[in-house]
This record gives sequence, C-alpha cells and structure tokens, in this order.
Amino acid sequence: MYEGAVQDLIDELGRLPGVGPKSAQRIAFHILATDTADVERLAAILRRVKADVRFCRICGNVAEADECRICRDPRRDLTVICVVEEPKDVVAIERTREFRGRYHVLGGAISPIDGVGPDDLRVRELLQRLSDGTVTELILATDPNLEGEATATYLARLIKPMGVTVSRLASGLPVGGDLEYADEVTLGRAFSGRRTVD
Amino acid sequence: MYVQHLSVADFRSWPRADVAFEPGASVFVGSNGQGKTNLLEAIGYLATLSSHRVASDGPLIRAGANQAVVQAAVVQGGRQLVIEVVLTPGKANKAKLNRSPVPRPRDILGGLRTVLFAPEDLAIVRGDPSERRRFLDEVLVQRTPRLAGVRADYDRVLKQRAALLKSAGAARRSGGSGDLRTLDVWDGHLADHGAVLLAARMELVDALRPYAEEAYSRIAPEVRPNATASPFGLRYVSSIDGALPRDEGGASDASNIPDVTVLSAMLLSELARVRPQELERGVTLIGPHRDDLDLSLNDLPLRGYASHGEGWSAALALRLACFDLLSSDGAEPVLILDDVFAELDTARRDQLASIAAKAEQVLISSAVVGDVPAQLVGARYDVADGEVRRVR
Ligand SMILES: Nc1ncnc2c1ncn2[C@@H]1O[C@H](COP(=O)(O)OP(=O)(O)O)[C@@H](O)[C@H]1O
Ligand SMILES: [Mg+2]
Ligand SMILES: [Zn+2]
Repeated sequence: MYEGAVQDLIDELGRLPGVGPKSAQRIAFHILATDTADVERLAAILRRVKADVRFCRICGNVAEADECRICRDPRRDLTVICVVEEPKDVVAIERTREFRGRYHVLGGAISPIDGVGPDDLRVRELLQRLSDGTVTELILATDPNLEGEATATYLARLIKPMGVTVSRLASGLPVGGDLEYADEVTLGRAFSGRRTVD
Repeated sequence: MYVQHLSVADFRSWPRADVAFEPGASVFVGSNGQGKTNLLEAIGYLATLSSHRVASDGPLIRAGANQAVVQAAVVQGGRQLVIEVVLTPGKANKAKLNRSPVPRPRDILGGLRTVLFAPEDLAIVRGDPSERRRFLDEVLVQRTPRLAGVRADYDRVLKQRAALLKSAGAARRSGGSGDLRTLDVWDGHLADHGAVLLAARMELVDALRPYAEEAYSRIAPEVRPNATASPFGLRYVSSIDGALPRDEGGASDASNIPDVTVLSAMLLSELARVRPQELERGVTLIGPHRDDLDLSLNDLPLRGYASHGEGWSAALALRLACFDLLSSDGAEPVLILDDVFAELDTARRDQLASIAAKAEQVLISSAVVGDVPAQLVGARYDVADGEVRRVR
C-alpha cells in the first residue's frame, strides 16, 4: 500500500479493463515521473471525452454531434445497413473500404452469462430503422464467436420475415475471435463474399 | 513417435527439470512423492491439454509460482517438433509450436499423441459417467484435434443456456413470462455442436470395440464362458437413445450412426420435448454432456458388479484399445505406464509387458524397479531429492 493519492490512482487504474495490479502500479509511477504538461493534456482529454462524445442518434456509433460522421455523409448508401457489436468494429470495417452503406452498433452481443439479452442491445432501434422500407439489405457482421453467431441467428430470424435481404459475413474469419483482430484483407474478403441467410 | 526431450519449469513439484529420452523403454524409479508421476503427467498434458489426475490447471503450477512451462521435443517420421505450453492460472494458457506462438493452446493438439495408463483409470470403470466421457473425449481430441474446438463451443453453449434457463425459469415462477425468445437460438447451437460431438463419440466407441474385446481376451484369457462372443462389452448410451436405430445386440455400429444433420434434428426435437422440465430445473437435460459409456462383462454391468481384478482388466483393455486404434490411424502414440505394475497380478503384468515392449516408446514409473518386468527396463532414471539422474 502506498500513501494517499498514489494508491488511489493505482486503484482507479486497476479498475480499467485489461489492467492488472502490476500494470496499474507501473502506469501510476510512469504518470508521477511524467511532465506536468503531458499529464494535464491527458486529464483534459479524459474530461473532454466524457463531456463531448455522444452516441449517434441513428446508428449508435461514437460521435461528436447528434449524428456521427458516417450517418451525415450523403454519399453513403441508405439502402444497406451493416450490424456490428461495437464502435471498434465500425473502424475495422471502414479500413477495408468494402462497405459504402451505414452501420448499426448493437452495443454488445447476446450472452445470458453476462445477463445480456436482446433488450439490452439496440435491437428496438434497429427495427425502427427498418420500418420505413428504405433499407433493403442487412449485413450481420457480429463477431465470429459463439455469442456473435447467436446474436446473428436471433436477428436473422427476427428480420427475415420483414422482407429485408439478410446476409452474414463469409467464413474465413478467424473463428472464436473478435472482428477487430481480423486483418483488412481477410475482413474485406469476408465482406465481399457474404452469403444470404435463408 | 517418441519424446526426445522434456523440460518443465514450475510444474508440480519441479522448479526445473530437463530430461532427454530415447526410443524404447525408459523407467523412472524413486520412492513415493519424489515427482515421477509429475513428469509423466507433464508429457500427457502436452498431448491432451489436460491432466490425468486433476480437472483444473491450478494444482499443476508449483506452489508459490505464477506460471508453469512444459516443453517437449517430439520426433515423428524423422522430423522434430517442439511443443510448449505456458499455464497461467486465471488467465488463458499460451502455446507454441516450434517456438512460434499459436492462436490457441488447442492448436498444438495432434503434435504429440500419448496413451497413459495409471491407477486413476480404475475410475473409468467404477466412477461417474463423467469419467467415461472424459476418457472418450481425451482420445477424440488426439485423434481429431478439430473436435477440441467443437467441445469448447459445446461447453460454452451449455453455460449460456444454463444461465438463460435459470433466469427465464425464475421469471416464470414469479409470474412473469420469462425471456424465451433467444432460447431457440441456443437450442440450435446446442444441437449443431452436440450432434458433431455425439457422432464422433459413437464412431469412436465403434472403432474401439474390436480392439478392446481383443485386448480384454489377451489380458484375461481365463474369462471365456463361450468362445464365440467376447465377454467385454462397450456401448455408448446417449440422451436421445430412444430415437436412435439399434441392431439386435443393442449396439449401434458405424452403418447405424445417423448423419450429423439427422442427429442435430433429433437433439432439437428432444430439447423441445423436455423444455418445461428444463425451465423447472434450470439445467440442460439433453445432449452429449449427459451421455455414458456402458461397460459390461458377460452382459453384467462392470460398474457395481466387477471384481477388483476385472475392473483393472477392463481399464487396461480400454487403454490398450486406444493405443491400437491411434496406432492404426496415425502416428503410434507414446505409451505411458504410471505406477501400474504394482497393481497388476503376474498374468496381466506379463501381458502388458509383452505389448509395451513392442511400442516405439514406453515411459514407465515405479517405486521399486523390481516391479517392472525385466524386458521393460531399458534406460533407467533415478528420481530423488528434486533431481532426475540417468543411471543406465
Ligand atoms: N503444485 C505443486 N507444487 C508443489 N508440489 C507439488 C505440487 N503438486 C504436487 N506436488 C508434490 O509432488 C509430490 C508428488 O509427486 P508425484 O509425481 O505424484 O510422486 P511420485 O514420484 O510418487 O509419482 C508430492 O510431494 C506433492 O506434494
Ligand atoms: Mg506416482
Ligand atoms: Zn451514425
């Protein structure tokens, strides 16, 4: 145990995902040894992130306005929606340059172990977006693991009867992994080779 | 195939150990508790990613250490393969093949094949069904490494489904409707993965049967009331048995095992039938996690009826059947005999010795060298005071 603020900092850092007690201690002492100006910048950006960043009204992606950059872009194809679990998946797919439609960020995947069911994801918002008939194709790009597959199956069964073409990324993605870990070429290929769910 | 070199760090009682091996028979000799089994266990772990003594990895890490490392150089068809696993409790284990990291530990499966026979094996005959499922799955993943992934997914579906059944069941009992919309989805995944596992296990039992019958007659030639049929019986019992085709003998055989898609459909319809009970109890009642391997002697179940000697003969016959089956469809496995000679009578001991003497490599442990049949005392290592010394 360290005195006062140092220990508080270690405790706070230790609550971050992927940061164990040892890393927390290392980061804390790194911060102590860092120039005041650099630390101020970090503190300011932490505050700004909470104050300014919102979630896009339409797709749920992170945004600095009511709507994200992609949803505001008039060149994007309004008839196709790609469904992903997290904002980081949007970044991964954008890198492939294979997709010109818009996204829908669910905010996770169905996982009863973690207490996450359809109502805890942005499913209702997705159905809302599909209700006016503009969207004709839905691409399910949830992670290639069990929970991602279960979420995709659930959505496909829910949405197929609405007359929307539903497709799933082609296999070839590393099974069991996260979408974001797939390299651009593999992910791009999985996108262009997507198969319609029947 | 043979193990050329084993090196462990912080595995069980060993802070470090390095042992070089040759093909043929090697015997570890040392009094009880010196760490002989610990070394054999390390080799078995590289082949199955599980211990023959404990269900979790925790006890494998040396008390006080953070992680354990097990590495072996395996020679197969003149080529050397270096396999390494790092075990870290509470975190995902990591593995390397020829010193390059692989995405998942299970990617090393198939690199080393072993058949390990140990005193614990009596539990295959006498223990719970889970012991027999474990026995089957251990052979399965060595024979078809891809199935380790299927098993892992299946286990995860079970966990997800259990969580959903519990919350939906609780909601129902308190008067709510319970969220059942996603249960169908998990049923589908359970049936798909379960069917692959089920088909593989049924096929494995059919493949093991002739080898096991033959091995049993060799080990216990006196038990032969009628000469035509084998006294030793193996039958896979599944939770959807009622729906499966059977021949008159009661055993399914390869031609009788339904297609995976058919099995999947059968599992699905059985799941639908038992759903009310499942919601009541919060557990999955259908699927290969509920199955068993029926073992019998002259049509009497071995469990509960068998004498001590018959139990040993059956356990040994099953292990030898694995050895023969694995040898018949790929590289001959390394045979590991952990402290078993003291448990067997002379006739069974001699039978085992003559089989083991023909193996490409057999690794043996014994407290007393005199318990090991002379033809198996090739290289000899003394294990004492935290050291392994080759003395012959
Ligand atoms: N995780 C562990 N850390 C330290 N010692 C262990 C660990 N697991 C087992 N041991 C020790 O290893 C010894 C048993 O080794 P074992 O290989 O089974 O002996 P044997 O030579 O009789 O086969 C026991 O003394 C036990 O305390
Ligand atoms: Mg021992
Ligand atoms: Zn948006």
